[in-house]
Amino acid sequence: MSVPAVLSAENVTRSYVISDDVVVHALRGVSFAVHQGEYVAIMGSSGSGKSTLLNLLGVLDRPTSGVIRYDGQDVQELDDSAVAKLRNERIGFVFQSFHLLQRVTAVDNVIVPLTYRPGSKTNRRDRAVAALTSVGLADRLDHRPNQLSGGQQQRVAIARALVTEPGLILADEPTGNLDTQTSSEIMTLLEALHRDKGTALVVITHDPEVASRADRRIELRDGVVVKDEAN
Amino acid sequence: MSREAFRIALQALAANRLRSVLTTLGVLIGVMSVVLLVAIGQGARVEITGAIEGLGSNLLFVLPGDGDFTAGPARSRFTTGDVDALEREFPAGGAKAAGYIVGADNIRADGERVSVTVFAVTGSYLEVLDRSVARGQAITNADVDATRRLALLGATAAEQLFGNQDPIGRNLDVGSTRFRVAGVLSQIGGGSTPFGPDQDRIVVVPVTTGQRLFGTSRLDAIFVRSASAASVDNDRATIERVLLRRLSEGDFSVISQDEILGVVSQILQTLTLVLAAIAGISLLVGGVGVSNIMLVSVSERTREIGLRKALGARTRDITSQFLVEAMALTAIGGVIGLILGVAFALLAETFLPVPAIITWWSIALALATSFIVGIVFGVLPARRAGQLDPVQALRHE
Repeated sequence: MSVPAVLSAENVTRSYVISDDVVVHALRGVSFAVHQGEYVAIMGSSGSGKSTLLNLLGVLDRPTSGVIRYDGQDVQELDDSAVAKLRNERIGFVFQSFHLLQRVTAVDNVIVPLTYRPGSKTNRRDRAVAALTSVGLADRLDHRPNQLSGGQQQRVAIARALVTEPGLILADEPTGNLDTQTSSEIMTLLEALHRDKGTALVVITHDPEVASRADRRIELRDGVVVKDEAN
Repeated sequence: MSREAFRIALQALAANRLRSVLTTLGVLIGVMSVVLLVAIGQGARVEITGAIEGLGSNLLFVLPGDGDFTAGPARSRFTTGDVDALEREFPAGGAKAAGYIVGADNIRADGERVSVTVFAVTGSYLEVLDRSVARGQAITNADVDATRRLALLGATAAEQLFGNQDPIGRNLDVGSTRFRVAGVLSQIGGGSTPFGPDQDRIVVVPVTTGQRLFGTSRLDAIFVRSASAASVDNDRATIERVLLRRLSEGDFSVISQDEILGVVSQILQTLTLVLAAIAGISLLVGGVGVSNIMLVSVSERTREIGLRKALGARTRDITSQFLVEAMALTAIGGVIGLILGVAFALLAETFLPVPAIITWWSIALALATSFIVGIVFGVLPARRAGQLDPVQALRHE
């Protein structure tokens, strides 16, 4: 493919040592690449290793063996602050349980990733307001998470993910805590942002309905990729 | 980033207002105690050393015993003969010596009854101690020689016994002995101190009369006033030479006012430092409270820490966030504690006999300590927060 890979996994394994004689092999050699602007669903039932894979793709965890690359750079070679910079600049996280700070407003939640990079304060707020506007929450800027519905909270989280203009959005069961109607709205929103901004979108899900919306579907079972095909 | 960390810290503290206030209270009370106790300790030192200096400069105290006061009061072997011998030895216009006996007794006059301190003195006593007679006559050597029953009254004692009437020439009874009031001493003020009775509530009588009153032939102590600071050493040598001729070594010791001042001042300084140290312990306990609450805060906010790491926070960003939070707690406590400490010190001054003296070093010490407490007790929780594994932290419930 002529489009460069944003993210690639090369024969990645991850094992957890539980005790001296119990070792869990969560991933047993996974390889695939996500290209610029691609929309990929990673599917699998619970225990398939998809959470482990998400942690590795998000550089929150390190593989036991194999290589994860971002734009060709082996993340294993990065130190703590370089990894922090990578997460901050290239990855936008969307979590199942939203992970918003309860004590601050929507705008302040969206500002959080911007505080870990240089930039003026007013500029940060402007960008946060723009991000919230793009997810349809222009009228909820100063609401706290407990004053928002589940769907609205996930929109705030999406605004927080895209405010840094990352090359990739990693969404972990983004609709897991939402009803069918809201789920569909959230997926539509994520897809629109992916289309408009050309951001690569990786959605991790166990829901075939959600997975079927992606351009490409990777299926995990027992720590290996059993299917990787276009929808 | 540090300004950002400060903003985040204040946000977090505001979110747990009651807890923040209670935690701050520990440090606040510690700092307040340090400032307040040091102020009172310093005040006591200045007041008491001032009282000693108020006795007049260039004084030498000749006390019974060998100077080892830890052994308890020594038996005096001084007599009026020793005072006379010293007076004869000092050149004209030079040092003056005075001996005295001190005792407490009730005096009665006009049906009034007052408890006073009685000083039975030799002729030069008032001169040596720099006291003067406001009205009437002083006690002279002739009065001493004739064992006259004359009395000088302190200003307060005179007022309590005779009110507005003129006490000169009136009678008063000390025990069963009748005295005639010869004069009234000038007022000194200052009340009683740990080093002596209220100098305005005394009765001064001739030493010979007093010896009969108290049934003794001895003196309690001898005071010598040098003509100038330069002659103090010389006079000390004279005293030792004269008294060694009349008494044995170990029967007396000579101490200058400066020496007493130095010792007393040092004792009080040490006392102040001990007070400060005790208050410092409460500051330490406050610090442990901060550490404890910060650990609770870290564990409560585990998910937040994981999230911040996912969003791009470095280990050092998280560590500084929690360190700044701990330091904000102690700094706020320190500043409020300082203000309250100063306020209470000023308040204490109105009902304590000593002034409160606020020293720059107690303020600096209190603030610096609260700052250091913040760092020391904040580091452990902050490091723990910084080193949390983001995967575990995000999964934390």
